[in-house]
Amino acid sequence: MGAGPGAHLHIEGTSVLHQLPPHAKLVGLLAFVLAVVSVPRAATGALLVLLVVAAGLLVSTRVPLRLVLPRLAVEVPFALFALVLPFVAVGPRVAVGPFMLSEPGLEAAAALLLKGTAGVLSAVAFAVTTRPRDLVRALQHLKVPDSLVSIASFMVRYVDVVGDQMRRMRVARISRGFTARSVRAWPPLAASTGALFIRSYERGERVHLAMVSRGWSGRMPVTAPLTASAGQWALALAPAVIAGLVSVGVRLG
Amino acid sequence: MSVPVLDVRGVAFAYPGGHQALFGVDLHVHRGERVALLGPNGAGKTTLVLHLNGILTPGAGSVSVSGLPVTDTNLLEVRRRVGIVFQDPDDQLFMPTVRDDVAFGPANLGLRGDELDARVVEALDLVGVADLADRAPHHLSFGQRRRVAIATVLAMRPEILVLDEPSSNLDPASRRELAGILRALDVTVLMVTHDLPYAVELCERAVVLSQGSVVADGATREVLGDAALMARHRLELPVGFSI
Repeated sequence: MGAGPGAHLHIEGTSVLHQLPPHAKLVGLLAFVLAVVSVPRAATGALLVLLVVAAGLLVSTRVPLRLVLPRLAVEVPFALFALVLPFVAVGPRVAVGPFMLSEPGLEAAAALLLKGTAGVLSAVAFAVTTRPRDLVRALQHLKVPDSLVSIASFMVRYVDVVGDQMRRMRVARISRGFTARSVRAWPPLAASTGALFIRSYERGERVHLAMVSRGWSGRMPVTAPLTASAGQWALALAPAVIAGLVSVGVRLG
Repeated sequence: MSVPVLDVRGVAFAYPGGHQALFGVDLHVHRGERVALLGPNGAGKTTLVLHLNGILTPGAGSVSVSGLPVTDTNLLEVRRRVGIVFQDPDDQLFMPTVRDDVAFGPANLGLRGDELDARVVEALDLVGVADLADRAPHHLSFGQRRRVAIATVLAMRPEILVLDEPSSNLDPASRRELAGILRALDVTVLMVTHDLPYAVELCERAVVLSQGSVVADGATREVLGDAALMARHRLELPVGFSI
């Protein structure tokens, strides 16, 4: 784990993606995902191509696979949903092995898996190459409302603090002989959760005092403006352009 | 006599719930002084501190900082002049990196670019942690966080540094190092503390606040040497410590 900010998702590196300015990357990611989603779901071949593009993005970060794989777990619920679809969807049935599956369901499941995986792969490629701090700067640069940027920034800063607090409370519970085995354990757990909320709320008030004391007047100052050259924009938008062309091509052809 | 850096006159304050925390507090701190603000829990020390930079507004009385009255129109300049370091560095350090956090105050004052960078480096140098600039606050030791918290305020070049329990939760070595840093700073200091030996070590003058009033103001050794006064206001030196 790096000692840098937010060691959870970001992994230090020197790849092209690591070096692109965060706001260009963020716009590129959003455009790519939108373009992938716009591909008609029957065009499985085109979606496969885009999946390869997304996988290529992730490989280009040169982050070891063992570090990347756990980050893909976010897709598991969607994958499960996709697996269920052919069984529950209506429409004409086809025989797949011992099962009679819905044809539109299969098509929808395939499209969901392909589009979802392409989206997750590209998002993870973004996440492992972008420091949380730079993500916040990118949002600020892209004129996302200040209060949302502040919330994101505080989350980056305090997720570990609150997590630590949660762990300490858990150790304190265990130290007094508590084990969560049955429904009877829920009230103490609920009380701990409530205490954690209140503590976090109070911390919020103290942080606010500290901010006001240093001259904060409602806007986060932009201290290090972001810039991107035309070349960097072109690189960042390239995957989205490919996906856009594929999408248009499928619709025309 | 010169204009005091801190001029608190007859400040009284009651919280909206009706609890009166301060009853006519007078306090003058002059340039270059290091003053300890002592008092038992609930004496009103924190309430008083929050008056110094206009977070709370007195119900009666007034506060001036180097001659500038603390009013709504002067708040930004008052907050530049009075640097408050809160007790828990995790409250003070809210930005994703140390550099961003130290830059926050001066950026609010309008500094940008090279000037801002220079100010950040200067402040971190003063507390000896320039090498931590790109770290996340969460990954620092408690002592390092305390120092960075002080740097965030020094970056605004305050005229008075107000420290809330600066020695709390520090191991003895960090506590001693922090004392060295505070002694080396060329800034007026008001230090709120229960750590009486630390007050003796660092502050030539001590003010005792008890139940919302100033009950003693004098040389630290004399104040702490007054056994009757100390007992009356629940102040105790650690066992085995004598002045």
